[in-house]
Amino acid sequence: MNPPPVRQARSALSLWGERAIEWIIRLCGISAVIFVFSIFLFVFLEGAPLIPDLNWIQVIFSPEWYPTSRSNVRYGVGAMIIGTLSVTGLAMLFAVPFGLGAAVFVSEFCGGRLKETLKVVIEMLAAIPSIVWGFIGLSVMNHLIQTWLPAPVGLNLFNAALLLALMSVPIIVSIGEDALKAVPDSYREAALALGATRWQTVYRVLLPAARNGLLAAVLLGVGRAIGETMAVLMATGHAVNIPTSLFDPIRTLTATIAAELGETAVGSPHYRMLFLIGLMLFSITFVVNLLADLAVRGVRRQ
Amino acid sequence: MVSPAPKIAVENLRLSYGHKEVLHGISFTVAPREILGVIGPAQSGKTSLLRCINRTVEFTPGAVMTGTVRVDGEDVMRVPDVYGLRRKIGMVAPLPVGLPLTIYDNVAFAPRCAGVTDPAELDARVERCLRQAALWEEVKDRLDTLGTKLSGGQQQRLTIARALSHDPEILCLDEFSIAIDPVTTMRIEDVLKELRAHVTILLVTNLTQQARRLADRTMFLWNGNIVEIGPTEEIFSDHPKDRRTFEYVNGIFG
Repeated sequence: MNPPPVRQARSALSLWGERAIEWIIRLCGISAVIFVFSIFLFVFLEGAPLIPDLNWIQVIFSPEWYPTSRSNVRYGVGAMIIGTLSVTGLAMLFAVPFGLGAAVFVSEFCGGRLKETLKVVIEMLAAIPSIVWGFIGLSVMNHLIQTWLPAPVGLNLFNAALLLALMSVPIIVSIGEDALKAVPDSYREAALALGATRWQTVYRVLLPAARNGLLAAVLLGVGRAIGETMAVLMATGHAVNIPTSLFDPIRTLTATIAAELGETAVGSPHYRMLFLIGLMLFSITFVVNLLADLAVRGVRRQ
Repeated sequence: MVSPAPKIAVENLRLSYGHKEVLHGISFTVAPREILGVIGPAQSGKTSLLRCINRTVEFTPGAVMTGTVRVDGEDVMRVPDVYGLRRKIGMVAPLPVGLPLTIYDNVAFAPRCAGVTDPAELDARVERCLRQAALWEEVKDRLDTLGTKLSGGQQQRLTIARALSHDPEILCLDEFSIAIDPVTTMRIEDVLKELRAHVTILLVTNLTQQARRLADRTMFLWNGNIVEIGPTEEIFSDHPKDRRTFEYVNGIFG
């Protein structure tokens, strides 16, 4: 006996159901864009009324930040921009080689139980709250720096950069490791069959093959370092100062917002200025992401 | 007559992946500068056998190999320098794996790993190997595009060029002509005949006629056992030693 024929026509309910699901999924996708834009818009609108009143050249380049001065209010964020960039840059100088090296080690050179243990520990490192990092920076790291390095008394750029490096390394490692894991095993086998050693396989085949993923890992690390607030607020010294050495205290954009927003009157110029600083942070991360995107595309075209 | 020392000597080779044994203790030898054809249906252990010879089988988790495989009299499991061993052997896999590098870098990969840095020598090698793999004319103007962008058949020939790039003494070809048109296949077969002057070739093939054209001796592998190994004329004659050989070669294997 033949099985009953499959019905070709579908009920109106199932058709509508499918359409509804399609719309829900679409909404989920679009919501990310909506959130980013509305946050940007909110920050912009809070800061916007102050924009025409400012001397922008002075704002961006001057290190004079006197938002509460009675006679001569000056909103120069130059020192903070340099502070943010220098502490991030220095942190990446430590974190990128270390993080990528660790990713290569975890993914290619260690096996079995050691690998599992390392991955768990590294993930735990990523889960340490930033306030705890700040605390370590204040009490442990600063003490070590004062004892072993020729640093003047006080908190400094170097201390905060080390903290930021330690905070971004786990991100770089876990995403970098994923990127390396995504390289097909057939590449490894083909390279090894040609007589390549493990290290030759890594730097001639795996690193180029995982390039985009590794770049993404580094950028997420950079993003983490730029956006970090609490640890740098606690460990940089929080002095508005253009650093001239590794051991100068600095202040970052993020820490300024965190420290001062609570003390300003809503709608006052100082309050609006802090939102404009938020906008600058937005722009910095945007530029970093854009550069990364261009870099990846350039690499691809090659 | 004293036969020369075998280039490859396999003795009682057993290989299992987990609980599944795929080679059940096979023994054979390959003489220097001989082409040994290996034929047999799917799942008979042909590819696994090649992977035992250059020890790439050890990358498969759970693979356990017993018995010995000797290359030039040296047990491959005990060689001091496994990279040197692998460089002695050129391997062409049935599914082409173009490394994610340019065409040039694909071919120059093994020589570079072996320490060749002179650009002129690398250039010469790349051209020679690509010519031998009958690919040079098609790619000579775009050596700096990605090897993975080539078509399937071109990638297959790229892997052949790569396998020749480090002057192997042994060439293991696993279904090299699977994605290559008959005309190009014949061109590569001609190259193999030339290479016979100084290279030992293991030719795994599903095209029994290819073994017949090229091989000095042919081995019929079935279900992880050697059914028969002998001179190619004998295997393909009307009266091979084993009836199953006759049936397989003539397409009436049931």
